[in-house]
Amino acid sequence: MTGKIHSFESFGTVDGPGIRFVVFMQGCPMRCKYCHNPDTWNFTGGREKTAEEVAAEVLKYKNYFGERGGVTVSGGEPLMQIDFLIRLFTILKSKNIHTCVDTSGICFPLTGSEKYEKLLSLTDLFLLDIKHIDAAAHIGLTGQKNDAPLAFAKYLSDRKKPMWIRHVLVSGLTDDDGALMRLRAFLDTLDTVEKVEVLPYHSMGEIKYEKLNSDYCLKGTAPPARERIENAKRILGAGK
Amino acid sequence: MNEIFEHAWRGFEQGKWSGEVDVRDFIQRNYTPYEGDESFLAPATDATKKLWEIVLDYTKKEREKGGVYDADTDVVSQINSHKAGYFDRDLEKIVGLQTDEPFKRALQPFGGIRMAEEALNMYGYEISPRVKEIFTKYRKTHNDGVYDAYTPEMRRARSAHILTGLPDTYGRGRIIGDYRRVALYGVDFLIRKKEEDKLIMDGDMFPDKIRDREELSEQIKALKALKAMALEYGFDISQPAKNAKEAIQWLYFGYLAAVKDQNGAAMSIGRNSTFLDVYIQRDLDEGTLAEQEAQELMDHFVMKLRVVKFMRIREYNELFSGDPTWVTESIGGMGMDGRTLVTKNSFRILHTLVNLGPAPEPNLTVLWSKKLPKAFKKFCAEISIKTSAIQYESDDLMRPDMGDDYCIACCVSSMRQGKDMQFFGARANLAKCLLYAINGGKDELVKDKKTGKPLQVSPEFAAITGDGALDFKEVLAKYEQMMTWLARLYVNVLNLIHYMHDKYSYEALEMALHDTKVRRFFATGIAGLSCAADSLSAIKYAKVYPVRNADGIVTDFKIEGEYPQYGNNDDRADEIAVWIVKTFMDKIKGCFTYRESVPTMSILTITSNVVYGKNTGNTPDGRRAGEPLAPGANPMHGRDKNGALASLESVAKLPYDHARDGISNTFSVTPQSLGKDE
Repeated sequence: MTGKIHSFESFGTVDGPGIRFVVFMQGCPMRCKYCHNPDTWNFTGGREKTAEEVAAEVLKYKNYFGERGGVTVSGGEPLMQIDFLIRLFTILKSKNIHTCVDTSGICFPLTGSEKYEKLLSLTDLFLLDIKHIDAAAHIGLTGQKNDAPLAFAKYLSDRKKPMWIRHVLVSGLTDDDGALMRLRAFLDTLDTVEKVEVLPYHSMGEIKYEKLNSDYCLKGTAPPARERIENAKRILGAGK
Repeated sequence: MNEIFEHAWRGFEQGKWSGEVDVRDFIQRNYTPYEGDESFLAPATDATKKLWEIVLDYTKKEREKGGVYDADTDVVSQINSHKAGYFDRDLEKIVGLQTDEPFKRALQPFGGIRMAEEALNMYGYEISPRVKEIFTKYRKTHNDGVYDAYTPEMRRARSAHILTGLPDTYGRGRIIGDYRRVALYGVDFLIRKKEEDKLIMDGDMFPDKIRDREELSEQIKALKALKAMALEYGFDISQPAKNAKEAIQWLYFGYLAAVKDQNGAAMSIGRNSTFLDVYIQRDLDEGTLAEQEAQELMDHFVMKLRVVKFMRIREYNELFSGDPTWVTESIGGMGMDGRTLVTKNSFRILHTLVNLGPAPEPNLTVLWSKKLPKAFKKFCAEISIKTSAIQYESDDLMRPDMGDDYCIACCVSSMRQGKDMQFFGARANLAKCLLYAINGGKDELVKDKKTGKPLQVSPEFAAITGDGALDFKEVLAKYEQMMTWLARLYVNVLNLIHYMHDKYSYEALEMALHDTKVRRFFATGIAGLSCAADSLSAIKYAKVYPVRNADGIVTDFKIEGEYPQYGNNDDRADEIAVWIVKTFMDKIKGCFTYRESVPTMSILTITSNVVYGKNTGNTPDGRRAGEPLAPGANPMHGRDKNGALASLESVAKLPYDHARDGISNTFSVTPQSLGKDE
């Protein structure tokens, strides 16, 4: 079983609890305007690695994980390679590694599946990135509908699976108070949200667009003001 | 014990240290470990603030004048060459300057008169004709001695920069006197001990013994000069210090004498704060000193260490990106008996960074152990966040070998204080050595001045021929051969340099504050490790084709395919780096080293890697000619692609046993990249 891997980060400190080894998977169906990893979009790129190889790489850092750390699989969209994920986590769980998936939930089959049941049993925590609560705005922002992400959140909640909700804040695109309040209302229907993270947009991805010779829709967009960040956190109940 | 000693040592537990020089024994019996937090610390006093203002004003004027405020052109600096100098006599709790005026740099020509003259000229000063005459006509310098003895091959290696930064035109430094001895015993006791040593140093007069006897006499003279220097400031330091203020003053006088005597590349001060805490604690207990006064003494002491200055040429400062003196003070650590060596004074000396604001000197270095008291760790972290001015080194790594009374010279080089000294050895460029292996010892950049052809630096070895992809086994064999040549030449160059330094610029005062029977380290160093490792990895795992110039010299490489790079925790590349370190060190060990010194090696270029890179041609890893090598043991810039831990793990594979003089890894992180929580 091989997966398409974009890259590794051996000292991840912002994607889940503690010190984490982050595996970035290659390929994503979303085209978020603010994406800072456009180099992970393409499904034909990346390096093929077996789950065993990746697990061996992760285990080199076991001593650093401590009580809270572990592995986070991010992307790209990791759930596009769910078979690989299941294999990788099967190995890592047998070594007692804390496992986490950072996903948009975009490829979730609305009614769930056996594979998803299996993956849930091997995953300790999901980081679920909800791009926008409003259906039309979601399409405008990402090129995809948001029914799968929302269904996935519900699914995780129903199965008592812990999740952290993440929301990238971009001025004028995702920081509208009304939308934030609707998102909050949705989150309040979920039972297993442990944390809500507001991630302020930054322009560090811009250079990657230049390298890829593709247009950067957000050229000139400034990171949100501190006051707007605090506002979003307050509305979403982040940082509780 | 006479009355003077009884009074000076009142309240101290006696032991081995009371009869013979043994500062460690004194500390172990008398210090008070401190596990508490920083709440006891006192802010800067008005005197401290006023005095620091004066110092800052001089600093500003110095900068305005282009880097040198004033320079002595006439008086040759010696231990007691100058009248007393002050910033403000009434404010200074700890006194003593290198010359008779603040910020006036001393004239120190014993390392080399040309360098001293050149440095003065660069800043618009003219050396006095009298001094120039003395040091060209009547008194030979270290630099003259070295050049009299250099072989043509040594000169070639030097000018082609495969050996770089050699201490052949300047003071070697890196020697740390045990300045605490001055405070604990007073100078007369130390002189008496040295005289006893000299008396028993008898027997057949082989050259080594004659030199030992002569050096001991020089040491005794230096100690007498030290007394005279202190007397100039109104202090009689022939007897031990009686209280904290005297202890700091006596200790500082010892250090001041060393920097007046030597313009060394690194003039580190040792491991003093916990020693001084014994005196401060006694005064606090006796009620003769308040916490604020204790802090004031430490603040004023540190202020003096901040203004240590040497007259150096501009290139020197460029090489090291600043005007460094490496007044390294080692702090904390754990004792062999499991008690922490952190005392309240460890806090006080770090607190000077708050009271006086951050500064690069003195180079405050915390000897870090997992077992350090929690409150101290937290305090260090807070000061680091505030000031970015603390250096950390692993006590857990060094203690098993060096014990619990070692200190750091320069940035990473450990020595037992007063028991070890070292012969500083600059660096051999192992990236360039690989190019020599490919080109049979012809330099890829430097031409022979007479023929205009590439300079043959080593004897003519068989070069790699043909234009096919480089064969790993062949290159490796040739590299090892070239390393054998380089190691031997390098050690011989250093043997010669240190022989001459001992002869013409002997550190009599610093060595007087060492045991007579001293352990000597022969501190070699390497540069370009990651570049050499990646180059070999490229040759092994990708295809690397040589590109030749008109002279047939390989001056460039064409790389096909990818190869594993050092810095990604990938054994394929990392094992090559380990092999280089072990192989070169083993070759160094196989050579004769001067004065039975113990060979060690460092991997620690911090800024000079830029200059070394300028003198190294295109390398098989794809690095372009002139581009910097990575600092110390760092991966090449931008090649560590798997994040911080992978990069650090690669470096951690390098065997400390083969690099006992220290391994450095320059590593920056932004607070954000350390996570979101407090």
